[in-house]
Order: sequence, then structure tokens, then C-alpha cells
Amino acid sequence: MAKLAGYLRAGLRPGLRFIVFLGASALLAVPSFEAAAGVNLPKLEKGKGEKCVEDTATMRRNHMDLLKHHRDDTLRRGIRTTQHSLKGCVECHAGSKTGSVASSKEDFCVACHLYTGAKPDCWDCHATKPGKRPVNQAAQPTASPLMPSHGGSQ
Amino acid sequence: MSESMNTKLEDRREFLKTGAVVAGVTLGPGVLLYSVAHSRAPEEGASGKQRWGMLIDTTKCGDGCNDCVTACNTENGLSGHTGPQDSQWIRKVDIRDLRTGYVQSLPMMCQHCENAPCVDVCPTGASMKRADGIVLVDRHSCIGCRYCMMACPYKARSFVHEPLTDQNPEVPRGKGCVESCTFCVQRVDRGESPACVEACEAKGHKAMIFGDLKDPESEVSKALKSTDSVEVRADLALNTGVRYQGI
Amino acid sequence: MAQQLCINQGTCRTGQFIALLALGGLVVLGAMYAFFTLEHHGHILTGMNNQIVWGLPHVFAVFLIVAASGALNVASIGSVFGKQVYKSRAPLSGMLALALLAGGLAVLVLDLGRPDRLIVAMTHYNFHSIFAWNMIFYNGFFVIVGLYLVTLMDRRLKGWTKPLGYTAFFWRLSLTTATGSIFGFLVARAGYNSALMAPMFVIMSFAYGLAVFMVVQSSMYRWNGMILDEGVRRRMKNLLAVFVGASLYFTIVFHLTNLYFAKQWEFERFILLDGGIYTTVFWVGQVILGGIVPLILLYLPRSQDAQKMCFCFLAPLLVILGGVAQMYVTIVGGQAFPLVMFPGHEVQSSFYDGVVHAYNPSIYEWLLGMGGVGVTFVLTVVAVRVFKFMPQDDFKTLQSRRGTD
Repeated sequence: MAKLAGYLRAGLRPGLRFIVFLGASALLAVPSFEAAAGVNLPKLEKGKGEKCVEDTATMRRNHMDLLKHHRDDTLRRGIRTTQHSLKGCVECHAGSKTGSVASSKEDFCVACHLYTGAKPDCWDCHATKPGKRPVNQAAQPTASPLMPSHGGSQ
Repeated sequence: MSESMNTKLEDRREFLKTGAVVAGVTLGPGVLLYSVAHSRAPEEGASGKQRWGMLIDTTKCGDGCNDCVTACNTENGLSGHTGPQDSQWIRKVDIRDLRTGYVQSLPMMCQHCENAPCVDVCPTGASMKRADGIVLVDRHSCIGCRYCMMACPYKARSFVHEPLTDQNPEVPRGKGCVESCTFCVQRVDRGESPACVEACEAKGHKAMIFGDLKDPESEVSKALKSTDSVEVRADLALNTGVRYQGI
Repeated sequence: MAQQLCINQGTCRTGQFIALLALGGLVVLGAMYAFFTLEHHGHILTGMNNQIVWGLPHVFAVFLIVAASGALNVASIGSVFGKQVYKSRAPLSGMLALALLAGGLAVLVLDLGRPDRLIVAMTHYNFHSIFAWNMIFYNGFFVIVGLYLVTLMDRRLKGWTKPLGYTAFFWRLSLTTATGSIFGFLVARAGYNSALMAPMFVIMSFAYGLAVFMVVQSSMYRWNGMILDEGVRRRMKNLLAVFVGASLYFTIVFHLTNLYFAKQWEFERFILLDGGIYTTVFWVGQVILGGIVPLILLYLPRSQDAQKMCFCFLAPLLVILGGVAQMYVTIVGGQAFPLVMFPGHEVQSSFYDGVVHAYNPSIYEWLLGMGGVGVTFVLTVVAVRVFKFMPQDDFKTLQSRRGTD
């Protein structure tokens, strides 16, 4: 076994050294770009309305948790509140130029995620532009004449 | 059986109680009655006291009429293309009895089974059934293995083969996940009926009735009680939410 | 240094070793290319669609996974059933099992629609799903067989070999049962939905795994210019013949059951008579080339020349080919046959209801599938060079035991 380990070590040593070298150069290389460019905070367009659903600090740090919680509530439990919905984000923060939160590098979500290096996959499936439909309106009593009738009411 | 007789009885009792209250309130205009029964507060969530279902009368379904399919595509943002790699949530199926030659046409989509094979086989639990019986795919945990598509007896599911953009904000969908009819859950949660049902009614065929199977007073329950209806692949004992009459 | 690394080999042949490695690496690279392309463009580039949802990658993946558990059989016969000839082959057998499983799983993962969510698959388990159980069995297989290998290769841990060997044996039986059940539990489809799927997969895994083992073993002996002992070879070829025969038997019973018991006449007619490519692949690939021909080759009396005693390379190679054919018929053929929703009716729709589905695999599927073979190949080539996997036969005991084993 010891002999075997010896063989292995002999074989791995140059390989390991190379990997360590690669890793180290990558570590050195990546931040240097940033450093050269200086720290440019993303310029974010102001969202619609007076204020966000939570204060800015909370949103910056925790929006992903709020969204995740809301997504599970909505999808799995059918809870359709709007306060922490992604659709809500899109409605207020869609950029004035693109009409979207994630179409260009200046758009709200992309700008900040680029800055922080976060890569959420929301936009693989979710629309980046607000819809035409009013957000989550509970049915009006006269919402649809095609509603399945209830009892002898119709 | 996922429900014991007891819970059913309790539900029934619960219903009778609320029913009595509702009836008391709604001796007035009928609109109020259904708004009480069908819309719920956004924070309330789907409840096991309801089970959404559908009765499709194939004798009323128009041969060559495709309105339910078109309405579904519009509502859910599907392309409407029918290539082998395109998504189809609902489709018209023409069947001809081999012995008698009798021809019928019917819409086929996710049957929203109580014992859904897709939910059973999904390794991550992405394929799921809501408390009110609507079968959905949680795209956040779907890994795109497609085992549910192998398991579905109705070929109801599609796999998204290419990147998508400009989705309907209410209907997120994207590459690499499996999807299928949701009973237009975004509409149902608002108290509306699915787009296909609305289109069928608008066309004047009225071949599709949608409603709460657990509410004995709903139109669909009454229709089911008064006519003979069948499940497709009844041999699999899936207790589908969609039933057919006339086949 | 390279000299040190090619242990237990007569001549090192480093150049050829690197050539082999490059060949395997190229195939793996091809799979990576296919993976990144599909990751970017989606499965639209493949021949798979909403009718044939599992295609060529799954054919290769399932074959490799099934062969993996079968390859462990050699070790099990040694550790569990105490046969000396097999005991000395246990390390090679265990290593091959791991390499095959790694190859198979790689394809399975690379073909996912959302491979980026692999972590979800590893952390969220729906225990109703036989697929989820498979993932547990696969991961456990790595751990158990890995530990088992360690005990085989370190004399100080010899005491653990037997219990771990037993565990590995039962684990691999469960694994293949679960793999077969992935198909057997698909109640909706005529081509699957059979309790026979699981035992049939177990038997077939014996044949495919042993076949892979024999091909690798023959190659190793030839590489080193050595000749495998005649007795060992006879024993293994007879065992392979038994497994191939049993696989054929199960194939017959499976189809007869469908015909007489489950009333799947139309599906049987499709596979056995008029299914086009699937019928051809079934009869020519699975039955004739993968079953009957190897049986004849294995039992054919050849010259007494020790070198040419049996077709111990060609016959198992054909068994492997037949195995891939079997997977193709089972997986793709099973889906190509339309779902029967309305018995006694002719069905037509925009979603290809009622028609036999066409499947034309694209280059990407081939690259992915072959990539799995490539992964197995590279792992094996490296492993047999840096570890002591060459079977060490003690010929004296072999001679004395020949009568008894």
C-alpha cells in the first residue's frame, strides 16, 4: 500500500503543481481586471412608485430569499399575494429604455447582478417585461360571464 | 387512496356548514353567490376542500374546431407550432371506432390525476399536485430528466427544446424543463375558468365544463351526476380530474 | 517517472499508452462539446423530441450502468462464493464497475435539460420515485465498491473484504433491479409495464458486465504479451455462455408474457414483425449477433492451440454489441410505439398520437453517448496502468483446485 501510494504521489506531483499554478494565476488574474477599472457602482434607474416593498438595505441583502419564499408559496400553495412577487419587481423596475429588467446591461436586475457577479436563472423562464394584465386581481363579482355557475344563481 | 373516508365526510360537513351561511347571505343577486364561492383572498392559497376538474362532452365538441387549442396557446404564450419538438398543452384528437367507423373529436390535455404517475416518478418532486388537485411542474426544481413524460399515459407533457423569450408574465416557461396544461392556474386562482373552456363556450359548443368536483352544487358536479362519463385509461385507476362523456 | 507508473507490465509502451489516452480523451472532449452546445441551444439540436424523449444518450447510459453492476459480478463470485480464480480478478472487476458507472452517469447527467441543477437532484428526493432510488443506489455503489476495492488492495484490511463483498453484491442486485424498474414501473406504456423488466435487467447485467470484463482482461493480457491460463478462460467463457443463454431465455419469456398474459399483441407485433428498424435491431442485433452467434462462438470447438482456444474476445464483444441493441429496442422502441389511449380506435392528432414515432439521432447524441464510453475507457486505461489490477493467478493452487471449483 505504501509503495502504491508512493507511485501515486510520484505521478500526481507534477500534475498537482500545474493545477496549483493554474488556480493561483486565475486568482491573481480575475481581480486585477476589476482593480484596473476601479469600483464602479451600478447606476440604477429609480423604480416606479414611492418606495419599494421593503427598505433598500433589506432588499439588497434579502431579495433573493424573499423571492424564493414567495415563489414556493405561490407555486406550491397557490398563495397569490403580490408584495414579494417577482412580477412586482418587474413592474416597478423595468427600464425606461428597454421596458425590461434584464434586456441590457443598464437594466435594473442585470446591472446589479453584473456588479456582484451573481448569475440568477430567473430570466430563463420568467418574463423580463411587465405584462398587460393587471397584477393579481382577485375576481370581480362580474369578472367573467363564463364562470361556471354556482347553484341556481345564473 | 390518498384520502380517508373520514376526511371526506368532514369536508362534506364543513361544506354544508359554509353552504348554509352562503345560502343565507345570497338570497339576493346570484353574482354575489359565486364570487363568495369561487374567489378567494390572495393569501388564502389552494385548499383541499376543492378539487378542480372538467367534464368534456365529445358529442358537442366541434369536428375541425380548434378554438380551445388556440386560446390555450394565446393564454400561455405557446408558439402554436406543431413540430415534433414543439410544446402542445392541449390538442384535438380525432378518433374513429375501428369496428363501427364512428368518428369523434375531443380535446386531450393533462388529466390532472389524483394519483398522477408524473408526480410519482419525478425524482426531485418538481412534478407536483396542488392541494386543489391541479398538477403542476415546479420549474425551479425540474432537472429536465423527462421521466414524467415517459410515465404520462396521456402524452400530456412537453419538453421545452429551445430558449424562450417574451413569455407571458403569468406563465413562466423556459428551456430544459418539462411543462403541461396547468388548468390555467393563474386564471383559476383569480376565479376565472381555463382559457380553453372559455373559448369553447364563446364558440357556442359548450363541450367543456370546468369547476369544483368537491362542490356538489357546481355545474360540473351536477353534470357528472346526471350523465355517464368515463376516464381515459380508467384501467390505470388514476382518478383523473378530466372526464369525458360520449366516448 | 513514467517507468515507475506502469507497474505490473512487462514493457511500458508509454507512447502507446498516451495514444490510447488521447483517443479516449478526444471522445470525451467530443461529449463536452456536445454538452455545451446543447446547454446553449437546447435539445432542439438533437433528434429527441416530445415523442421520443429518451434517445441514444440514454441507450448508452443505461447500458453502461447495467454493465457496471454486472462487471462487479466477477468480484462477487470471488468474495461471496469463494472461487479463487475470480478472487484474483476482484480488483479489476471492482475498478471496471466504477469506471462503467461513472461513464453511464456522466451521459445521464450531461443529457439533462437543466444539468446546472444537478445539486437539486442530489438534495431533493421524492421517495415515491424509483428514479430517485436509483440515484441513491448509484451514489451508494461508488462508496461501497470503492471501500471494497480498498480492502482488496490493502492486505491489512483483508478482514473487511468479505462483509463489504457481500454488501456490494446485494447492493448491485438492488441497483439493477431498480434500473430495470425504471422501465418496468411505466404502467402507461405497452412496451414497459412488466414485472419481468427488473429480473431481466439483472440477468442481462450479468452477461454485459462479464462481457466487458472479458474484453478488458483479454486486452490487458495481449498488451503485456501474456497468455491467460486455459482453465481460467474456459471457466469464464462457460459462465458467459450461461449468462447469454439466460438473457435469451428471459427475452423469450418477456415477449411470450406480453403475448399471452398482458395482451400486448400490437406492441409485440411491432417489435417482432413490422417495426422496421426496431424489428431489425431486435432480431439481428439483440438476438442473433448478441445472443445466438456468441453462444455458437463460445461453444464452438477450436484448435487445441492455447492461444486460440476460444473466441474470448470476439464473443464478449458481440455480447456488448447485442446489449446496446437490446437497450435501443427497449428504450427507443418502447417509446416509438404509440401510446394506446383509446383501444379499438384509430387515433389522429397534431401531437403525433397513434403514429409510430420517428427517431433520427443527431451527431450530438452520438457524441454524448460515446462520451460515456470514452469516460469509462480513459478511467480504465489510467487505472490499469497506475494500479495493480492485473489478475495475479497463483497457478499452483489453480492446478490443484481445478478439479474442485
